[in-house]
Amino acid sequence: MSGLVSPFLVHTAMQSVTPILLAALAGALCGQAGVFNIALEGQMLVGAFAGVAASFLAHSALAGVAVGATAGLLFALILAYGATVLRGDAIVIGIGMNLLASGLTSYLLRPLFGVTGTFDDPRIVGLPVLTIRALSGMPYLAALFSGLTAITWIAWGLVAAATVALFRTPIGLRLRGVGEAPEAAAALGVDVRRYRVATVLFGGVLTGLAGVQLALGTITVFSDDMTAGRGWIAVVAVLLGRSHPLHAALACLLFGFADAVGLQLQGRGLPSQLTDIAPYVVTLAALVLSRRRRMA
Amino acid sequence: MTWPGVPPAVPAILLALLLGAALVAATGGDPLDAYGQIVVGALAWENLTNTLNWAVPLVGMTLVAAIPLRGGMVNLGGDGQLVAGGLVAALVPLWLPAPGWVLILLATALAMLAGGLVAALAGLGEVRFGVPLLISSLLLNYPVAGLASWLVGFPLRDRSSGLPQTVMIPAAAQLPPLGDVLNMGAFAMLAVVLCVVFFDRATVAGYELRMRGLNARFAAYGGVRLGRQALAAMAASGAVAGIVGALLVLGSQYRFTDGALLSPAYTWSGLMAALLAEGEPVGSIAAGMFFAALQTGGFAMERETSVPRELSMVLQALVILLLAARHGLARRRA
Repeated sequence: MSGLVSPFLVHTAMQSVTPILLAALAGALCGQAGVFNIALEGQMLVGAFAGVAASFLAHSALAGVAVGATAGLLFALILAYGATVLRGDAIVIGIGMNLLASGLTSYLLRPLFGVTGTFDDPRIVGLPVLTIRALSGMPYLAALFSGLTAITWIAWGLVAAATVALFRTPIGLRLRGVGEAPEAAAALGVDVRRYRVATVLFGGVLTGLAGVQLALGTITVFSDDMTAGRGWIAVVAVLLGRSHPLHAALACLLFGFADAVGLQLQGRGLPSQLTDIAPYVVTLAALVLSRRRRMA
Repeated sequence: MTWPGVPPAVPAILLALLLGAALVAATGGDPLDAYGQIVVGALAWENLTNTLNWAVPLVGMTLVAAIPLRGGMVNLGGDGQLVAGGLVAALVPLWLPAPGWVLILLATALAMLAGGLVAALAGLGEVRFGVPLLISSLLLNYPVAGLASWLVGFPLRDRSSGLPQTVMIPAAAQLPPLGDVLNMGAFAMLAVVLCVVFFDRATVAGYELRMRGLNARFAAYGGVRLGRQALAAMAASGAVAGIVGALLVLGSQYRFTDGALLSPAYTWSGLMAALLAEGEPVGSIAAGMFFAALQTGGFAMERETSVPRELSMVLQALVILLLAARHGLARRRA
């Protein structure tokens, strides 16, 4: 087992886990505000599509980031207003959004770029990675922390910031109040609906960024349903972490390591069909174990 | 926008069609031409059998979603249950020496068992371990599909073929065709549909499931054992998915090919159809037929115009979103 965990492995896990981490953070914040957000998968897909399209058209990764985040925000309007002002069922809306994202992005590939299935073009500019000069003398640390995208650093920063904001600031207190006891919060003068709308929209920005990292991070491509269940893994991470951003982030790491170990095992000759399911089995097992202990 | 006597789905469908038309127009297509091609492609006399053929698995997967939904539960594991059933149905005729009709019955029965077990396992996740059914059913899709993919990719692969698929089943175990497009599976699905409607309308268990959907705590107070009921509803739902997998394998694909059962996304269209009617079987079936027509027409539209067939998926999702919002509005007024 010792040969399986290398700095390279940790690095791979850090990069591949970033989209899930951002989506899980969005889900955790929504969960704290009392909105069960299962539209993460679709929001991420929209962010990925918009990011790739903008990066291609403007020849700029920054444009990809800006447009991807904005698209995530706009798409999240459906859940933000559907589940609050219109009082629709968040689960039904989430399922509808995921399928709308899948259908719409797949549809738009043809009229916009004249391709089906996959849009791959050298003019799509990927996200730059940050090399940390100070670590050049320390190969182990450099292998860990150098060469990550800015979004990865921002994601971890946001996890810390969100944890502090939720549990140490008045706004965080109100947000948790809106989720735990909406009537009580309303009686104290907190505008429940506005808090929920703002949280879901902020989650849309985060999930849009998650999509950008996915499509412009290690690779620069958009393909149909490229999120491949990552948004759902984020939903699971939110459940595992009981909507606590830090705990949800740890759950994401668990998934990321299972994924990376699976990749290593694949390098040692195990069929990819089997190693691909490792992260899902690990997550499901973690969910079952954590819930069982709580129920006992 | 509440009109007396008009089902709430009608305005949602009309508005979705309008939004879809705007999308087509904005991306350089002709909406009227596109919709015209969908109608002709789905409902013209010579195309009706295609629509029916697409409707057989889609209505089946609609019931897969509708049965638990009737009791307020969401089964997102249709893909895994479908694959489990399809794989078992493809293997039984290869391994068991028996006359053709015995093979067909046995393969279908074991496919029901396989689909039902996968679904019941997801149900156990909720009942026993407190993992929400939505998540336990969805997460099981990945291991089941991955395992099936590995099995037909390596140990059970047809070595003479370039694709990851099993050996073709003997002709005796193939469902007899019914005209050029359809096969006897259509009658089997009709029987399943009648069973589900009968169960819902005329049995005690069907009444109890409806009661759970309206108010689970009230149902429990009335003596319904919720845990056992959840497992039973999931097992029934998974068994129907198993039948769909068996009918597709025995009736048209004649073997299990990796990914072939999942690429048409019957599970998700079926889920949307069931959501459209909130799990009420007759309405769900009607919605499933409607979506089947929309998709079959979508293929024709893609052939005849430059508009991509994914328009049908977009329209389905829009209907669900508009309906979810509209229900909310109605509830607020009540």
